[in-house]
Amino acid sequence: MSVPPVYGIVLAAVLFVIGLAGVLIRRNLVFTVISVEIMLNAGGLAFITGGSRWAAADGQAMFLFILAVAATEAAIGLALILQLHRRQGTVDGDSARKMKG
Amino acid sequence: MTIAFILAGTLSVIATLFAITRLNAVHALLYLIGALLALAVTFYTLGATFASALEVMVYAGAIVVLLLFVVMILNLGGHTAPAERALLSPRIWVGPAILVVLVAVELGFLLAGGIPAGTQSSYVGPHAVSMQVFGPYLLAVEAVSFLLLAGVIGAFHLGRKHFETRAGSESPEPAAAPREKEGVS
Repeated sequence: MSVPPVYGIVLAAVLFVIGLAGVLIRRNLVFTVISVEIMLNAGGLAFITGGSRWAAADGQAMFLFILAVAATEAAIGLALILQLHRRQGTVDGDSARKMKG
Repeated sequence: MTIAFILAGTLSVIATLFAITRLNAVHALLYLIGALLALAVTFYTLGATFASALEVMVYAGAIVVLLLFVVMILNLGGHTAPAERALLSPRIWVGPAILVVLVAVELGFLLAGGIPAGTQSSYVGPHAVSMQVFGPYLLAVEAVSFLLLAGVIGAFHLGRKHFETRAGSESPEPAAAPREKEGVS
């Protein structure tokens, strides 16, 4: 007996909304990166649910690509946070408006 | 399997909610690890065992540790010793630990007494995934390798200590943090 796909899609939607709320309510850039990771994870869960529904390997293949995108995004985002912290002395996302080009 | 999925999904949602509402980044990361492990169990119940293993290794292993490194780098200084001691108090880690133990108990139940993943109708093993990835998706794999190369170069460029700036033409901002050695190179 396998899991009904609607459960997986609902869980993915809930996790995506939580991640989106995290991006919107938090000003700390570390939390922004965490929330984006949660959202990418939710997208991967939706793909895996689809792959599980049809017993196809494409869902997990897409999850692999999402994994690579998430790793790259984390690396670049964290390097940007370090650079901002070095310049502004803070990791507040609103402080980036003082960048002056 | 459906009950296991609902249980792990609920744990994942709870841990994620805690993760985005903590004020301290380290507490949030502890809850995020719990959420990712619970999500790995949901992948297992969906029959995606390979993705489940990758979720634990790459997300909970690599990416969270990367985030933890950056949080620790940002907190550098002599004043961190009391903070580190506070992080070791049980009040901090008992919440994430309970969630992770629940996930572990559920996974242990699935592995021992429950239905093994290989017998599900929705099971897709690593062999099928790799045949797919290195067959029809070969071009996408190449594109992802270019993306990773760009990510490595970008992170290296942005993470350098002596980042090339045009700071010489600008006046230093009064509120700026101590910018040591910037614009020297």
